[in-house]
Parts: sequence; C-alpha cells; structure tokens
Amino acid sequence: MKPLNEMRLKIESRSVNEAFGRSVVAAFAAQLDPNVEEISDIRTAVSEAVTNCIVHAYANSVGPIYIWSGIYENGIIKIKIRDSGCGIEDVRKAMEPLYTTLGGERAGLGFAVMESFCDKVRVRSKKGIGTVVTLEKRIKGRDSDA
Amino acid sequence: MAIKIISSSARISIYLNGEIDHHNAAVIRYEADEAIQASMPKTVRIDFSNVSFMDSSGIGFVMGRFRLVNGYGGKVEVVGLSERLYSMMKLAGLEKLVKLEKKQEKGK
Repeated sequence: MKPLNEMRLKIESRSVNEAFGRSVVAAFAAQLDPNVEEISDIRTAVSEAVTNCIVHAYANSVGPIYIWSGIYENGIIKIKIRDSGCGIEDVRKAMEPLYTTLGGERAGLGFAVMESFCDKVRVRSKKGIGTVVTLEKRIKGRDSDA
Repeated sequence: MAIKIISSSARISIYLNGEIDHHNAAVIRYEADEAIQASMPKTVRIDFSNVSFMDSSGIGFVMGRFRLVNGYGGKVEVVGLSERLYSMMKLAGLEKLVKLEKKQEKGK
C-alpha cells in the first residue's frame, strides 16, 4: 500500500541527535492532529529505537541511522528506523523486558516501551548487516481526548 | 536538561528539569552520584515534576541510583510523576524497589 505522504531522514549515530530524531518524526506526525498522549507515544518509541542504534548497533563507532515515516489511510503512521550496524543475534531475547547486554544504566526496556506505546512493533535483523525496526500506530486524534 | 540538587545531612533532593534521554542521562547521573557519594544520605528523593519527556533512560537512571543507594542501606523516593511516567516506572517493576509518588494534579 502506498503512503499518502512520506519523509526520510538520515542522521549520524551521535547521542546528541536522539532529541532531533524523535522531534522530526513527531513534527511529521502532527499532520494527523494527534493528542498530547499520542505525540508523546511517538516521541518515546522513536527515542528508544534511535538510542538502540547508538548504544548497540554502532556501539564502538559512528554510523548512519535512516528514519523513514509514512502516513496512511485511517490515521495510520508507520516509522522505520534502520541501521547498518552489528545486528541482533537473538531478536526474541533482545525484545524480552529487562533483558540487556549492557547492564548498569540501561534498563533493558527499549522494546517493551516501544510495544506499550505503539500498535505494532516489528524487528528484522541480520548479524553484521543491520537492523530495521518498524513501528505502527493509529492516531485517533485530538477529538478523542475527552 | 537541568538538574538541581539540594543536600542536607539526612536527605538529598534531586530536581530534574526538561528531557531525559540516553544523551542527557549521562550528565545527570554524574552530578547525582557525586552528591550522593559525598554524603551517603539515608534518603535520596528524585523529583520528576518538571520533566517534560522521558524514555527508558529515565527508568535506567532510577534503577542505577537505587543500586547505589541501596548498596549502603539508604532508600530512594521518586516523586512528581505524571500518569505517563508513573506507568513507565511500573513497566520496570520499580514500585517494588522504590517509593513512587504521583504529581498532584493542578486545581485539585
């Protein structure tokens, strides 16, 4: 299905770009007239995916993060966050709540947060090739606030 | 992101302001730990009233401070949580480790 509108963004995997990445997607989503909660859901989910690229995919290097987003019928927004980093050995394990390969300050909740704030989260990864995270959410809009 | 720390002998209060993500967490972690380690207070209170955005890095921040403070027998209190931040903290099961307190709704 062809999106009604789409955008692309390429950023370097520097942590200072986390705020930029999530803000761009949130600004793009604004055309769906989301309510405050929905815009926070998108900002948070994108922030998790971009952070994963920075701390995991390109753990010891700086590489490109490709963000694509498309708007579809019925208020659906899809967001793809792709990297050409190290890839995930075991995606199912990586998506388990509280599982982290880093320990310490990382809660191991990145995917759990994405799942709780989006309708669908899909992860495709290949060792040594990279990872694509696809988020999907239906925006009900500001009329649904009440 | 800004952090303000008010310290007394028994208690340290950490006021967070702005957005907490992986990038900003590094700075607030450094400042918070320096203050905590200097006085090892019985209670560390972290105030989220003025946090406008938080991802799982904020959860990691609380978990990390819990480990540090729990290590010397102190306790952590997390206050000023919006409904959203409260549910994110619960996603991590943090209510079993620290005291979580919601923000007072305006006008109530």
